[in-house]
Amino acid sequence: MSTSVVVDHEAMQEPLPRPVAAQSPASMVPLLIEDVTVAYHRRPVLWNIDYQAPSGKLIAIVGPNGSGKTTLIKATLDLVPRAAGQVLIFGEPYSQQRHRVGYVPQRTSVDWDFPVSALDVVAMGMYRKIGWLRRVSRKYREAARQSLDRVGMADFADRQINQLSGGQQQRVFLARALAQNADLYFMDEPFAGVDASTERAIVEVLRSLRESGKTVIVVHHDLQTVDEYFDEVVLLNMRLIAAGPTAEVFTPENLRKTYGGKLALLDQLSEKMAQPRSR
Amino acid sequence: MNSLLTPLQTWTLLDTWIVVIGALAAMACALPGCFLLLRKQSLMGDAISHTSLLGVVGAFFVSHWLVEAKVISPTTELSVRHVAMCVGAIVVGVLSAWLTESLQKLGNVESSAALGVVFTSLFALGLLLIRAFADNVHIDLDCVLYGEIVTAPMETVGKSGVPRAVIVNGFVLLINLLLTILLFKELRLSAFDPALATTLGIPAQTMHYGLMGLTAMTLVAAFESVGSILVIAMLIIPPATAYLLTDRLPRMIGLSLLIGAISAALGHVSALTLPPLISRSIGIADVQDASSAGMMAAAAGFLFVLAMLLGPRYGLAVRVWHRLLLKLRIASEDVLGQLYRMEETAPRVIADADSSDVRQRTSWHRYITTHSWKSRIATWLLMRRGWLTGSHSDARLTDIGREAARTLVRSHRLWESFLAKHFLLGEGRFHESAEQVEHFLDPELLAELDHDLDRPGVDPHGRAIPK
Repeated sequence: MSTSVVVDHEAMQEPLPRPVAAQSPASMVPLLIEDVTVAYHRRPVLWNIDYQAPSGKLIAIVGPNGSGKTTLIKATLDLVPRAAGQVLIFGEPYSQQRHRVGYVPQRTSVDWDFPVSALDVVAMGMYRKIGWLRRVSRKYREAARQSLDRVGMADFADRQINQLSGGQQQRVFLARALAQNADLYFMDEPFAGVDASTERAIVEVLRSLRESGKTVIVVHHDLQTVDEYFDEVVLLNMRLIAAGPTAEVFTPENLRKTYGGKLALLDQLSEKMAQPRSR
Repeated sequence: MNSLLTPLQTWTLLDTWIVVIGALAAMACALPGCFLLLRKQSLMGDAISHTSLLGVVGAFFVSHWLVEAKVISPTTELSVRHVAMCVGAIVVGVLSAWLTESLQKLGNVESSAALGVVFTSLFALGLLLIRAFADNVHIDLDCVLYGEIVTAPMETVGKSGVPRAVIVNGFVLLINLLLTILLFKELRLSAFDPALATTLGIPAQTMHYGLMGLTAMTLVAAFESVGSILVIAMLIIPPATAYLLTDRLPRMIGLSLLIGAISAALGHVSALTLPPLISRSIGIADVQDASSAGMMAAAAGFLFVLAMLLGPRYGLAVRVWHRLLLKLRIASEDVLGQLYRMEETAPRVIADADSSDVRQRTSWHRYITTHSWKSRIATWLLMRRGWLTGSHSDARLTDIGREAARTLVRSHRLWESFLAKHFLLGEGRFHESAEQVEHFLDPELLAELDHDLDRPGVDPHGRAIPK
């Protein structure tokens, strides 16, 4: 498998070697995506993605709307089926590594009128650890409270979740991921629609996660903050445009490729594959 | 009052059993109903109540075939059929949910349309089967789908005198209770965040089908004793009522059980007492009572309306009350602001104290007579609170009142300055916006405004911004 930093479709650049990750054993690689293709109703939305995430880094997935960022995460977590390719988490399929993976879905993916408290939501992150049929004991409630404390939400533990602001709701989701105590995190747009203080709080949590050796992969929209917040960038637009250290990959040239519209040919092909008769 | 309760003097054991059966069925339905409601799939229950006909018909065939084949004796056919009916309902319930989702995905239609297609077609298929085989198999649908709660207590088990319907519904309630308690956190997570549930290894999809199966079983068991309308009502209304009253799931479930039981009791009592009362008042003598099942459903609806009006947090009454309080607060603050500005424009220069005093009194008089009743009530409240002194025709700020007024005027002028700095707005438009916004700026926002504007001394009109 190639270790190139920049997936250059026009072979304009020499692939750069990646020193550490390439030599580490498979079980040390938090996320290895090999030739993954995802299709909805036969229509491919992600084409042949190859990516190897380095350990202990903050990684941004960046790309325009509809470029397949969320789909890539969902395909990794077996939430949508893959048409081809495989994903390895610390060297094993996801189904064997659930306990090492934390997931923060988009805030808008759940019903915030649901009759639960912030603490209840955070405790959900530990349901797997608690086990089937068991109650959420005091020990776990205490752990949930500590997670809330880490995102500055300890005072809101008993609030019903619809009484929280958007930023506070996002922090509750983050606290839930912390409670999962995973080694690899996937976060889908945690910065979407949050206030400045929440953004600072989230960044702080991300950094403390990195300090304790966790790998965090974040779908990110705000191009202004990418180089400030993230060590690595994955540029995505239906295909992998480039991936690697932010300083090297997050260039105007690559961004132009990412945001300069989809490859017309790819789009047409998708269309044809979705409707095989219209040849 | 006496005449209202007269029909209750003939209350018998039969009436008690009717209430017990209704309550048990209502509680059994409320449990899956809570989770359907939270998944926004309440109507799935209605749909399943129709499609389960197919399962029921299937059960008739199976039990009939077993008797024909001499596997079981005709005497045990009834009990075999009941088990088969439950199994058939579960199968069809899961099948309906699965079909609905498949149609939605494959046919690319909206979920409610897919649901409509599935439940009408399966129901029609059930009806067709009945027609086609009615000659061979006697299907007594009346007793299955259109159960009558008033006659349900008549059929008792053995010599115990306990109606069969009590046993059946009690048993289903027990199963549902047990599953709800054991699988509480899994059910909650699958309903709230199916994606997270799946990544944690709790198969949300399977939980969903399980819930549909359980709903179907509960419905079929209850149909026979209380009839389909009551069952659908009890599946949806008590959970919806409980949802209005609390924002914790365990409490919501508990309340929905309670509301189901109360609806049953209230419904039967009203069925006995209300019709004679109404018929007497309009001069018709012969209406003695009404359908108990119908009244139970109506009672549940009545409780829902009560909760909607009087609920502690989302109730209409509370919201109207809060709006009134807000209006009074705004009126009070306007009065304070008005007096503060009057003091500003009519400074108490010692040499001319009298004339400035007179000027202030006249302008206050003009203010209070041109403003609505809210301002008058607000003035009265402010005087009681000690923020104003004097009389209605000549109100003055006290020191503490002046403090509050200063904050308000500060909010007003800071906001005007903010508008002037950041908005492309004609100068004449500042005031109107500030009149609205001034009531909602808390200390934190004020500090932020102050910081943003670099601690301004005067507003865009050149008036001093009080500190």
